[in-house]
Amino acid sequence: MAVAEKRMILKHADEPGYSPDITCYMKHGGYQMLKKALGMKPEEIVNEVADSGVRGRGGAGFPMGMKMRFLDRKSGKPIYLVCNADESEPGTFKDRQIIHKDPHQLIEGLMITAYAIQAAQAFIYIRGEMYEGARMLETAIEEARAKGFAGANIGGSNYSCEIVVHRGAGAYICGEETGLLESLEGKRPYPRIKPPFFPAVLGLYQCPTLVNNVETICNVKHIVEMGGKEYAKIGRPNNTGTRIWSVSGHVNKPGYYEFECGALTYGELIYEVCGGIRGGRKLKAVIPGGSSSKILRAGERFKGKNKDGSEFDWGIEDIPLDFDGPMAAGSMSGSGAVIVMDESTDMVEAMANINAFYAHESCGQCTPCREGSLWLRKITGRMCAGGARIEDADLLKSVADQMAGRTICAFGEAASWPVQSFIAKFKDEFVAKAQQAGNASGAAKGSGFRLIG
Amino acid sequence: MSLELKPETLKKIDSIIPKYPVMRSAVLPLLHIIQEEKGYICKSAIEWVADKLGLQPINVFEVVTFYPMFRQEPIGKVHIKVCRTLSCALGGSYQTRDILMEKLACAENGTSPDGQFTVEFVECLANCGKGPVVQVDEAMHEGITPDKAAAFAESLKKQTAKS
Repeated sequence: MAVAEKRMILKHADEPGYSPDITCYMKHGGYQMLKKALGMKPEEIVNEVADSGVRGRGGAGFPMGMKMRFLDRKSGKPIYLVCNADESEPGTFKDRQIIHKDPHQLIEGLMITAYAIQAAQAFIYIRGEMYEGARMLETAIEEARAKGFAGANIGGSNYSCEIVVHRGAGAYICGEETGLLESLEGKRPYPRIKPPFFPAVLGLYQCPTLVNNVETICNVKHIVEMGGKEYAKIGRPNNTGTRIWSVSGHVNKPGYYEFECGALTYGELIYEVCGGIRGGRKLKAVIPGGSSSKILRAGERFKGKNKDGSEFDWGIEDIPLDFDGPMAAGSMSGSGAVIVMDESTDMVEAMANINAFYAHESCGQCTPCREGSLWLRKITGRMCAGGARIEDADLLKSVADQMAGRTICAFGEAASWPVQSFIAKFKDEFVAKAQQAGNASGAAKGSGFRLIG
Repeated sequence: MSLELKPETLKKIDSIIPKYPVMRSAVLPLLHIIQEEKGYICKSAIEWVADKLGLQPINVFEVVTFYPMFRQEPIGKVHIKVCRTLSCALGGSYQTRDILMEKLACAENGTSPDGQFTVEFVECLANCGKGPVVQVDEAMHEGITPDKAAAFAESLKKQTAKS
C-alpha cells in the first residue's frame, strides 16, 4: 500500500473543474490568508516563517525565515522580492504545475511575503520557454490587481506592491540567484561572488533582495493559515512541510508527487508510488535531486550516524525522502528531481549527456568552470565516439576536482559533483569503455537509447 | 538606428519600460518583443534598443549573443525544439530528433530548404515526467518517443500546409 500524497500546495491543481482564474481561486478560500496577513505586523509573519522551519525548495534548501531576517533594513534602500520561476534543473518539473494550474496561489504567497518584508516591488523571473506560464501569471496579476490583491493599497491597506513578470531567454544560470539578478537588471547572467553580494544585502540594483523559489513562496500562505509552529509539525525536525518531487526516467509512473517530508523512502517512491522499474528491469542508478546532485548506485550502502547518535546503514531504497536523507547519503535533495536509471543505461553516455548540458550552460566567467566543463564534455564525447582511453576516468576526476570549490558560484560544484560521483561509483564502466574503444556504435553494455552524439 | 516596428509593438515597449526601477532591465523584454515581430534581432534592432534605454550597443549585443533564445538570423516559420537532456534522452529524444530532422528535411543546418521548419536540440524544458518533449513554437508536446516521431512530423507538415 503506497504512502499517500499530502497535497497541500498541489491540493487543487489537478482537481476536475478547477481552473486558474481568480473566481475559482476565491471560491476555494483564495486571498483570505492575504487578508489575514495584512492584519498582522510584518515581523509577525517573518516570525511565523522562521518558526515553520521552511527551507528553500529551489535547490539549496536554505531556511527562508533566516534569509528574511538577513535583509538589510538599515541601508534605507528599497527592499525587493524576487520569485525564482526559472525552473531549469534537469529532472525538475514541479513549479510548472503551480504556475500553469494554480497561479493565484503563487500570487497570494508572493504578496504575503512582500508585505512581510515590506518590499517596494516584486518580480517573478520565469524562464523564457514558458510562454503560456508567463501569460497566465500576467493574467492572474491583472485579476488580482482588479480585486485589490496586488498593486496599489493591497486589501485596502496602505501597503502597495506591483508585480512584474520578467521573462528569461534560455539560460540555466539564471536559476542561480545572483545570475538571476544580473539578468533581471538587463545584463548577461554572470553570478556575483558571495560575500559580499548576498542578495539580502546587495541584491537587485544593489538593494536588499529576497530571492525564493515558486514552491517555497507558495508555502508562506499555508504557514500564515496554520501558524509556523503547526506547520513545523508536518514532516520532521529540520525537514518541515511537504515537498513536491519530480520523478522521471525508467519508472512505470513518472510524474510529480507531493509528500510530507520524510513520510517515505526513495525505495517506496520508486517501487510503490511510481510502480517500479519499467519492463520489470533492475534498478541501476538514481540521481536523487536534479542533475547537479551526486549519483547513487543500486547496491551501494550508506552508513553513518544520525543526529541523535543512532547509526544508519542504508541502501538507496532506505534513504528518507526529504532534505537530510539524501544529504546523509553523500548527495542532496536539490530541486527534488529524482531521475531513475535501469540496467539498460550506459553510464558513460549518461555522463556525456550531463557533461554536454553543463558545458553548454556554463556562463564562462570563471576559468575552472569555463575550461573544465568544456574538457569534461569533450572527454566523455570522445569516449562515446569510440576513442575512450584507460586513463580517462582519472582524467575526468582530475578535471572535476579542479573545478569544485574554485568558482564564483555553485555551478562549479553542479558541473563537477556528477563527474566525481559517476567516476567514484561507476568507474568499471568508464574503464570498460576504453577496452571497447574503436567500436563506436557500441558494444555498449546498455541496450537503452543513445544518450549522446 | 532606423528600425520599423508596428505601432502595437511600440506601444507594448513603451508600457513595459516604466515598470522597472532601472531602464536597463527592459533589455530582455524589449528583445523578446522585437524578435516576436521580426523573427530575429538585427544590428539595427540592437542599436535601437540601446538608444531607447540609454545604453551602449555592446550592452545589448552581449545579451543577444549570450542567451540561447535570441537569434541574429531568421529561422524557419515553425520552430521545433526537441529536449536533449538526460530524462528525455533516456526516453529516446536523440532518435526522435534524428527522425524529425530527416522527415522535415532539416538535417543540413537545422532549417528546411523551403524555410518552413527549424529543428533545434535544446536543454531541459522542465517537463521531464512526460518526455521526450518537443516544443513547437509555444506549444508543448509530450511523449514524442522515437516510434511516434514520424507520425508527429507528418502532423506538423499537415498543420503548416493548412495555415
